Amino acid sequence: MSSLPRLRDDFPILGRPMNGRPLVYLDSAATTQKPVAVLDAMDDYYRTCNANVHRGAYRIAEEATERYEGARAAVARFVGAASPHEIVFTRGTTGGINLIASGWALHHLREGDRILLTAMEHHSNIVPWQLIARLTGAELAYLPLTPDRRVDTSGLGDLLDERVKVAAVSGMSNVLGSLGPVAEVVAAARATGALVVVDGAQMVPHLPTDVGALGADFVAFSAHKMLGPTGIGALWGRPDRLEEMEPAEGGGEMIRDVGLYESTWAEVPHKFEAGTPPIAEAVGFGAAVAYLERLGMEAVRRHEIELTGYALERLAEVPDLTVFGPTDLEARGGVISFTLADVHPHDLATILDQSGVAIRAGHHCARPLHRLLAVPATARASFYVYNEPTDVDALVTALHGARALFGVA
Amino acid sequence: MSSLDELYREVILDHYRHPRKRGSLPDPDAHAEGQNPMCGDEIALDVGFDGDRIAAVRVSGQGCSISQASASMMAEAVEGTTVAEARALTHRFKAMMGIEEGDPGVDETRPGAALGDLESLRGVRRFPVRIKCADLPWATLLEALEGR
Repeated sequence: MSSLPRLRDDFPILGRPMNGRPLVYLDSAATTQKPVAVLDAMDDYYRTCNANVHRGAYRIAEEATERYEGARAAVARFVGAASPHEIVFTRGTTGGINLIASGWALHHLREGDRILLTAMEHHSNIVPWQLIARLTGAELAYLPLTPDRRVDTSGLGDLLDERVKVAAVSGMSNVLGSLGPVAEVVAAARATGALVVVDGAQMVPHLPTDVGALGADFVAFSAHKMLGPTGIGALWGRPDRLEEMEPAEGGGEMIRDVGLYESTWAEVPHKFEAGTPPIAEAVGFGAAVAYLERLGMEAVRRHEIELTGYALERLAEVPDLTVFGPTDLEARGGVISFTLADVHPHDLATILDQSGVAIRAGHHCARPLHRLLAVPATARASFYVYNEPTDVDALVTALHGARALFGVA
Repeated sequence: MSSLDELYREVILDHYRHPRKRGSLPDPDAHAEGQNPMCGDEIALDVGFDGDRIAAVRVSGQGCSISQASASMMAEAVEGTTVAEARALTHRFKAMMGIEEGDPGVDETRPGAALGDLESLRGVRRFPVRIKCADLPWATLLEALEGR
């Protein structure tokens, strides 16, 4: 298993114990750990050139602006955007999707229009659309799942009709690991001109992404799910679609001129970045992207396929354990949700916590999906670049311990 | 005893696997529901009264061993008591859990008095994340008793 070198030493937190045992961090789908390069970049920014951006008449303000806009350019290159102007810095994926909802959908949808989603969406790619539907009179429709828990696109031709103005899909499920049907939805939307939005929160960190090849109109993603800090993300948008958007927030930085009763807007993307931005976080985002580019996203994907394959093999040894999601490694990422006999995921997480193993339990911000799966909650283990086969071994050992503690025969 | 052994004591696992007072009442005098949205614990209570006495309690719902065991123990403990006694027991339980209650009538110096099986949940205090699970049925009970 050598698609990536051993990276643990780059991540200081992985050296700490949890409850007296070595930390085995298996919750990267929730948030990822940060390499020294990212920590140093943010710390250095504050120590050496912190100043407000875009206004500076002095040298360190120019440096701050260079770092901020440099980070934007780095993020643009990372996803294959043609220009940094196609990247809007946001609070994160949730902020990005809400921006599309209130900046584009609010002004383009009317009563009777449809927003098409899938049954495996995260709340952040459901609730913003519910809010818009309520305001505009549009309605929501859902693509169902196949028995092996991928999105069922067999009915797409019928479902994506003239009424559908927005199709919003996950690039990768944060519960099932399933890769989303982006290509199929893009193809179907070509006929009707529907806006295609990709929730890239899991996809961009885990799969090589080229927004040109993807063919969607918007891709939203978060820095903290790809080695960067919390509080910042990016929304990539096709230039013509970005021009169709109204600003969702007004204030400093997003204006050209301000009068008492009317103002004019700055150019895209600054038009959508009101107020002083999270500059240090943007710098951290740029450093995270640089770290991933040094690894190479093809290698990141291969490492994840190898590790997920090993994990599925070892989990199959644990009696009474049910994995949700596809077993085809090419059709999924390194997110594995499961249940174990009648041991509630919450109890599993507590038991594993005592062994130093960090997993997540609950519905992972996907309650509609869990109702569909007919389970109140699942346990979830998820991998990223710093995980190794020994982490999987620790997980499986702890699961056997949980079975013993709960007296599962 | 390791912390996990303290948390998952036999009596808790027994209540989880064989919960008491499960089901619903055909014509309850009071009904209340509670949830821990973060982890998926759900409790629904049906209560039947006979004057100021709790004549019947039935529990339904699903969730982790702590929430379900606590619900089972709660139902067993309060069925047959008066509303006042049930409230007092609730406050003693919350005191054992370290949840602030601010009820001056509670004897804080003897939180363990007359708790029976509920004593087994004392270990939950060492897992702060799980205190909400243990408390869920009791918070729901207080809702069901509101106005009585």
